Amino acid sequence: MPIAATFEIEFLQYLDAEGKLVRNDLPAFARDIRQLIELYRLMLYIRAFDTKAIALQRTGKIGTYPPTLGHEAAQVAIGSAMQEDDVFAPTYREHGTQFCRGVKAREVLQHWGGDERGSYFSAPHHDYPCCVPIATQCLLAAGSALAFKLRKEPRVAVAAVGDGGTSKGDFAGALNIAGAMQLPLVTVIINNQWAISMPRNVQTAAKTLAQKGIAAGMECLQVDGNDLIAMRTAMDYAMKRARHGHGGMLIEAITYRLSDHTTVDDAHRYRSDDEVKAAWQREPIKRMKAYLMSLNAWTDKEDESWKAECATKVDAEVNAYLQIKAEPVEAMFDYTYAELPADLATQRAAVLAAERGR
Amino acid sequence: MAHITLIEAVTQALACEMRNDSSVVVLGEDVGVNGGVFRATQGLQQKFGAQRVIDMPLDELTIAGVTVGLAVQGMKPVAEAQFEGFIYPMMEHIACHAARLRTSTRGRMTCPAVFRSPWGGGIRAPEHHSEANEHLFTNIPGLRVVLPSSPGRAYGLLLAAIRDPDPVIFFEPKRIYRQYKEEVPDDGEALPLDVCFVLREGSDATLVTWGAQVKEALEAANVLAAQGIGVEVIDVATLTPLDFDTIRESVKKTGRCVIVHEAPKTAGFGAEIAARLAEESIYDLLAPVERVTGYDVHIPLYRLEMKYLPSVQRIVAAVKRTLTAS
Repeated sequence: MPIAATFEIEFLQYLDAEGKLVRNDLPAFARDIRQLIELYRLMLYIRAFDTKAIALQRTGKIGTYPPTLGHEAAQVAIGSAMQEDDVFAPTYREHGTQFCRGVKAREVLQHWGGDERGSYFSAPHHDYPCCVPIATQCLLAAGSALAFKLRKEPRVAVAAVGDGGTSKGDFAGALNIAGAMQLPLVTVIINNQWAISMPRNVQTAAKTLAQKGIAAGMECLQVDGNDLIAMRTAMDYAMKRARHGHGGMLIEAITYRLSDHTTVDDAHRYRSDDEVKAAWQREPIKRMKAYLMSLNAWTDKEDESWKAECATKVDAEVNAYLQIKAEPVEAMFDYTYAELPADLATQRAAVLAAERGR
Repeated sequence: MAHITLIEAVTQALACEMRNDSSVVVLGEDVGVNGGVFRATQGLQQKFGAQRVIDMPLDELTIAGVTVGLAVQGMKPVAEAQFEGFIYPMMEHIACHAARLRTSTRGRMTCPAVFRSPWGGGIRAPEHHSEANEHLFTNIPGLRVVLPSSPGRAYGLLLAAIRDPDPVIFFEPKRIYRQYKEEVPDDGEALPLDVCFVLREGSDATLVTWGAQVKEALEAANVLAAQGIGVEVIDVATLTPLDFDTIRESVKKTGRCVIVHEAPKTAGFGAEIAARLAEESIYDLLAPVERVTGYDVHIPLYRLEMKYLPSVQRIVAAVKRTLTAS
């Protein structure tokens, strides 16, 4: 039979698990050692934050929290490739990208600490808050991308989504409309192999998740998501073509969720220690450090001193968070509508009266 | 001055606000070249271009999510669900994002979107084309639910819905889309989104209703008037946030209340009004509150659908029961 269509999915990797360069076409940003060190430092900061956040949950200082352990390269690559005016539509696990975008650690803690003001964001004002209903952020980002296109603004919307999220209609719908309307939408699948307890190979029979964009007419790429250089290269490419009106792109970042789904999950129930142990060999920070050290651009001593600095920075954010008092009770009413409807004003007044009477 | 139908009033309001505000865009299935399956967007794409009247891929989920994304970006999207029976995939985006973003970001993000949909039964349509499901939305905080019942109110309330800074579900009773014409000046005057409309005054009983059922309520009032019974008819065109004051004041005067709606009885929006009357007006009531509604079944296909919809006879009988109860 004649072939109606063919496709292939390329896999991009610059650094192998040992931090050795496997290609000889390093992009300009990766030849700038100072920039690479900056990005590496950000990864360490995210990990320091994550470790602390889990400790805060364990001691009752925040509520349920979704760890980012192992996602640092993908998060830093996405965040650093975006411009201030772009829009980021995150899952609930993208704190690292959010830090790159200007969200403060204290705000992330405030959100998971049960306070809506954490999503007010001192910056960036146009990014979506963390999105809990799976993959719905893909369509929110597509809507933002459509607004940019209609208004002829050189801005890009970026959605992050998990491997499980690729099973949802929102994901398919967002890719479809982005393809059909050539929207400036970059969708990044953070394929960490696990959707709570469901492994990637049970989630779908598709050989790659990247190929799910092919059906939407999208340019697709699979990337080693633990390789900061590859991830950032892919993001730079995707952002540039989207910004210049060439449409969206789907990137599948292959990584691994080294921690539990959330602090109320116990991953030991459904995956083997051997698998996790093997994944630690491929984790992003180790390989970037090895690469920088192989260039004589970084030392163990610098590593230790930056980690200490991260701990101090995170502590300062935690202390700032711990100082924040709960909102007054009427706040639950005050952001429901632009103007308080009469019935709601009555309910608000009753709550205030009851509070005063206590 | 134009005499127009309810659906023409929808088109007139859309065109008016698209002229006034360049951030208003219309999106949905078949809304562009085809002008909408009911012709609500007739001629708009020719007038305003394909960038502002956007034919969307056939996915209600996509339409809803993209609508929220546009609104958050400062556009004023007016999305169309082709039929209310197809609105369910949109509900996640409406409940989880459109109605919630103002709260969850403490006012940083808002969603000034309108979700329009034809609504209700009585047009001999196929399955899933005849639902009355407004009560599924009236329990969602942060949302406005609007359901006009005349060309003039459709025009004024749609303008208000588009201008409102919060998300609005705008249901259009398709049974009366083309039932009659009235003079609707294209003056850009919006109606308030938070008051009931008293369509007829009377002192013996209060009929509270909305949507296409306003027609039967007014006919019932005529029948009862001929028998010397004065019925006040209230159109709750803006279901949420509810203007209960108008209903309370009317019942204070009449002492009797019959609530009429197309949706199933149990937990329909009439239940909320009846509960409020029990809470706030019990000492004004001379008779138990009556509800004349759809039954707690799926609306039948068209051979039986008129048996399901509240009829003039059922309404008249209910009002008479309230008059003999005391």
